[in-house]
Amino acid sequence: MTKNASAAAATQDTLEQESRNATKAMLLEFWYYFSQNKGAVLGLAVFVLLVLVALFAPLVAPHDPDVQYRDSFLVPPVWLEGGKAAFLLGTDAVGRDILSRLIFGARFSLFIGIVVVTIALVGGIVIGLVAGYMRGFVDTFIMRVMDIILAFPSLLLALVLVAILGPGLMNAMIAIAIVLQPHFVRLTRAAVLSERSRDYVVAAKVAGAGHFRLMFKTILPNCLAPLIVQATLSFSNAILDAAALGFLGMGAQPPTPEWGTMLAEAREFILRAWWVVTFPGLAILITVLAINLVGDGLRDALDPKLKRS
Amino acid sequence: MINAGAFVYSTGGHPAVSRQDPLVRHIRTHDMFRFLFSRLGLLIPTFFGVTLVAFSFIRLLPGDPLDLLAGERGIDPERKAQLMAQMGFDRPLWEQYLDYLLNIFQGDLGTSFASKKPVLDEFLTLFPATAELALCAIIIAVCLGIPAGIFAAVKRGSVADQAIMGTALVGYSMPIFWWGLLLIILFSGILQWTPVSGRISLMFFFPQVTGFMLIDSLLSGEKGAFLSAVRHLILPSVVLATIPLAVIARQTRSAMLEVLGEDYVRTARAKGLPPFRVIGFHALRNALIPVITTIGLQVGVLLAGAILTETIFSWPGIGKWLVDSISRRDYFVVQGGLLLIAGIIMLVNLIVDLLYGLINPRIRHN
Repeated sequence: MTKNASAAAATQDTLEQESRNATKAMLLEFWYYFSQNKGAVLGLAVFVLLVLVALFAPLVAPHDPDVQYRDSFLVPPVWLEGGKAAFLLGTDAVGRDILSRLIFGARFSLFIGIVVVTIALVGGIVIGLVAGYMRGFVDTFIMRVMDIILAFPSLLLALVLVAILGPGLMNAMIAIAIVLQPHFVRLTRAAVLSERSRDYVVAAKVAGAGHFRLMFKTILPNCLAPLIVQATLSFSNAILDAAALGFLGMGAQPPTPEWGTMLAEAREFILRAWWVVTFPGLAILITVLAINLVGDGLRDALDPKLKRS
Repeated sequence: MINAGAFVYSTGGHPAVSRQDPLVRHIRTHDMFRFLFSRLGLLIPTFFGVTLVAFSFIRLLPGDPLDLLAGERGIDPERKAQLMAQMGFDRPLWEQYLDYLLNIFQGDLGTSFASKKPVLDEFLTLFPATAELALCAIIIAVCLGIPAGIFAAVKRGSVADQAIMGTALVGYSMPIFWWGLLLIILFSGILQWTPVSGRISLMFFFPQVTGFMLIDSLLSGEKGAFLSAVRHLILPSVVLATIPLAVIARQTRSAMLEVLGEDYVRTARAKGLPPFRVIGFHALRNALIPVITTIGLQVGVLLAGAILTETIFSWPGIGKWLVDSISRRDYFVVQGGLLLIAGIIMLVNLIVDLLYGLINPRIRHN
C-alpha cells in the first residue's frame, strides 16, 4: 500500500516535472520565433522604454507638466533659433514644457490601453465562452447583439456613448472597451466552437468536469493565442481611439496632458508653431507603432496559421 | 442536388458548359437565393437592434429630452408638460418605440433642433460630400494598395518588401487627425499648394446637380472650378485613404503569398506561362477574394475616419455634421445619423457578403 502510494507520488512528481519542462520549452520556442522578427524585438524595446518613462515620469520629466512659465510662450525646440536649453522640445501656448507633458502623457496612454484591453478582454472572453459553449438561443442572442455593436463605426459609437455618459477619460475608456469587445467575443466563440468537440474536452466531460471547469480550465487555455494577438492590436486601437476622442474634445479634458487632448489644444497654432502639434502626434505614432510591431511578432510566434510570411 | 452543385463548381474552369445547362443554372440561382435569404435573415434582427439602440439613445441621456433641448435657459414646467405630451414622451415606452419604427418606415427621422429641417433632408444634402471623399479615398487605397501588396509578395524578403510593409505598418498605426494636421502644415502652410478647408473656392458658384463637387464643377463649365475642387479634395482624401491603404496592402501581400504556394500556380509556371500572366491572372484572381472582403469592411473605417478628417478640413459632410450635432446637443440629428450610418454599413456588408458568395461557391454551401 505505502509502496503504491510512494510510486504514485513519484509518478506525480515526474509528471509535474515534465509539464514544467514542457512549459519552459514552449516559452523558449515562443521566444525563438518572436526574436526572429527584428521589428517585433525593436517594438518591444520601445514599449519597455515607454513603460519605464511612464512609471518614473516625475523623476524623468524636467518640469512639472502643469506649470506655466509666463516668460516662455511658444518657445521653439532647443535646436531652433530662439530655443531655450530648459525646454528641449519647446513650450506650448501657455508656456508649459512640451517634453514634460509628453512624458506624463505616456502614463495616460498606457493606462488607457491597459484598462480598455482588460475590460474588453475579460468581458469578451466570458461572453464568447458562454456563447460558444451554450449554443442555441443564448448564442444567437449574444451574436446578434455583437452584430449590432459592429454595425456602427467604432469611433461614432464611442462618441455617442461618451455623450450619454458625459465627457471624460474614464467614460471614454468604458466607451472604447464596449466598442472593442465584440472582436474578443467573436474570436473566443469561434475558438470554443472548434475546440468543444475535440477528444480532450469530451474526455474531461466524461471524467465529470463541471461546466465552469470545462469552459475556463479545459477549453479556454487552448483558445488563448488569437486572443493575445487581438489584445495587442486592441491596445494600440484603444490608444488611437482615446486620442481621437480627446482630440474631438470628448475624452480627457484640459489641462490633462493626454496626447490627443494636447493636439486639440494645439490645433489653432499649427501654422505658427509646428512643434506644438508635431510632438504629441509623434508620441502617439511611435507608441502605437511599437505595439503593432509587437503584435505582428506575437502573431508570427503564436499562430503559425496567421503567419504573414 | 449536392452532387449537381459540386459538378457545377468543379467545372469552374469551363463556365460555358455549366452555364448552358438549364438544370445547373436553376440550381445555381436557387442556391444564390437561399444564400441571400439566409443573410437577410441575419440582417433583419440586427436592423431592429440598431433601431432600438438609436431609440434608446435620447432616453438614456442624463436628464429628460426637453431639459436637454431647452438648454441652460430652462423651461416652464407647465409648458414642459404640454410639450412632453405633444412630442409623445409621456406615453409608454413600447408605444413610443412602435411610433418611432413607423416613422422610420415613412422616412421620418425627426427634425433637427438647430436648423428646424428634417434630419433625413439634411443627411441627403450632406451625404454626397462624404461619399465623394470616401470614394476618392478608397480609389487611392485600392489603386496603390493592391499593386504594393502584389509587389511585396512577389519580391518577398527583399528590401523593397520590407520597405513597403514597414510603410504600411506606419500607415496602419497613424493617428489620422495628426497626419491631416501635418499635411496642412506642409502643403497649405509652407508650400501653399492646397487650401486649408472647404470643398471649393468661394469664388465659384454653380448649381448642385450630382452633389459630387468634381462632377458638378466639370458640368458648370466655369474655368478653374474643377482644379479648385481637386485641390480641396486631395489632402482630405489622402488622409482618409491612409489606413485602408495600409490594410489593403498588408492583406493583398498575405493573400498573394498564400496563393503563390498553391499547386495551380506551380502548374501555370511549369507550363511556361510568362510570370506576368501567372501573377496577374492565375494568382491574383484567387488572392483577390479575401481582399474584396477587406475592402468592403473598410466602409466602416472610412465613415469613422470621415468624422476626424471632415473635422480637420472643415469638410461639410455627415462626419462633421454628427460631431457638431453632438457638441450642439442636437440629439435628434445624432439619433437619425446613427441609424442611417449603421444602415449604410449593414447594406454594404450585405453586398460584400453576396459578392463573396458569388465568387466563392464554398461559402454559399456552408
